[in-house]
Amino acid sequence: MSSLAVKVSKLSKIYGNTTAVQDVSFEIEIGSITALLGGNGAGKTTIISMLLGLLTPTSGTIHLLGEQMPEQRQTVTPKMNFGSPYVDLPKRLTVRQNLYVFASLYGLQEPKRRIEQLCEELHLESIIDRPTGKLSSGQATRVGLAKALINAPCLLLLDEPTASLDPDTADWVREYLRAYRDLTGATIILASHNMTEVERVCENVLMLKSGSMIDHGSPLSLIEKYSRQNLEQVFLEIARSPDGAK
Amino acid sequence: MNEDKSIPRIPRLAAPKAEQRADRSFSLIRVAAMIRRYLYLLQSGWIRIIELAYWPIMQMILWGFMTEFLLNSSSGILRAGGVLIAAVLLWDVLFRGNIGVAVSFLEEMWSRNLAQLCASPLRTHEWAAALIIISLLRTLIGVLPAALLAIPLYQFSIFEMGFTLVAFFSNLLIFGAAVGLTVSALVLRYGLGAESLAWVGIFLIAPISGIYYPISTLPDWLQFLAYALPSSHIFEGMRIALAESRFDLGFFYNALMLNAVFLAAGFFIFLGTFRIARRQGLLLQIGE
Repeated sequence: MSSLAVKVSKLSKIYGNTTAVQDVSFEIEIGSITALLGGNGAGKTTIISMLLGLLTPTSGTIHLLGEQMPEQRQTVTPKMNFGSPYVDLPKRLTVRQNLYVFASLYGLQEPKRRIEQLCEELHLESIIDRPTGKLSSGQATRVGLAKALINAPCLLLLDEPTASLDPDTADWVREYLRAYRDLTGATIILASHNMTEVERVCENVLMLKSGSMIDHGSPLSLIEKYSRQNLEQVFLEIARSPDGAK
Repeated sequence: MNEDKSIPRIPRLAAPKAEQRADRSFSLIRVAAMIRRYLYLLQSGWIRIIELAYWPIMQMILWGFMTEFLLNSSSGILRAGGVLIAAVLLWDVLFRGNIGVAVSFLEEMWSRNLAQLCASPLRTHEWAAALIIISLLRTLIGVLPAALLAIPLYQFSIFEMGFTLVAFFSNLLIFGAAVGLTVSALVLRYGLGAESLAWVGIFLIAPISGIYYPISTLPDWLQFLAYALPSSHIFEGMRIALAESRFDLGFFYNALMLNAVFLAAGFFIFLGTFRIARRQGLLLQIGE
């Protein structure tokens, strides 16, 4: 069996005259945590959307867990999941109702058992029967995470998982993600422009700029390569230089 | 965490209890999950239930009194007791059939849930099936109270039509669902700016469906167009059933065959628009 969870080759997405992603290729090992790092318009969300099958690539190939996307979408989607601050769960439904619907959509044999488990792990007991639209941003993030973990995905894609969270809650979410990966061996890909988060949580970084991948490596190797103090300085150098990578 | 100090700093996780069923190309469990989702929404507030029944009841009361007036002052087909009440109730079946699909679909756009559903194992045809079933339930909730209220108010029971009613009801519901799928596809394609189509789109066919008057009233060239719609055959059949107390098989078969075409077209447009949406990134853009 391949040790790759994700294999992307020459991936492009073009809308009319606009190139959102151009010739991006990368591989991600099973069980790793990888960041897609880049500024606004770098192509992070577009790549995540193509990995999820929400967006059809203009050209290039995607293999997830050994299956080709979007052709084998139905084989892969039960094994993956995602979370993003740019999507919501129906606000009028309670947290429990929303989780139950998604548990059923992902074909869980015992939805109630999984919901109870997530409820305990993510500390949702006090809000489980509250309408989802009446949660604070921190609570909503935990509920979003519960939805993203409902099927215990082997491949978890997260778009800015700690956006708009206070530092304390954000830290807890990062710890949780690491613990989940350590326990299950799942592969996690997260799009972020929070450098501290990436440095702390991720083993690999894919640096994107204007739709192209301009560098990749571990946070430490990138810091050394660019002779900088931290990833944020690396990011700024890449973002501000006209040609991108060193 | 600031908002809940009782949450421990270090997350404690256990092995996930998330055994999954084998995947199927059409899963009744996923269809049921979507129906459950829309039922949860309905039960989230009594106003939503009241709203479903409100308009059909008001329409029925209005046209019921109109019928009583016409029975006393005019002749012809309108004198057949209950024609207008039946027309109102059956038109509402068509209207509700359409809106039941379209509004349920819109709920996902309003709640920014579209991407979550489309990234899940839910298949588009399963979703379409769930939308049609919830549309049936919404129609029953909406029309049934009005139909029952017509019995004490006007001594008219649409249920006396028996099988004829079932035949008309199911045909109108199918046609309404076909229109609803098409409208949903248009809203997905053109964004929430086109959402008013869900309410007004169906009225495009109202003048040529012969709801309150026979198709022969229309100019010849419009009659041709009218008979291309299942609804006109149903309302013609309804008038015959009430005026002559017989079930016209010709109109029924015509409606059935046209419905097969319209439903297939509705599904084709709905599924096709999702393919376009995936190509153009519309599943991520839900604004106007």
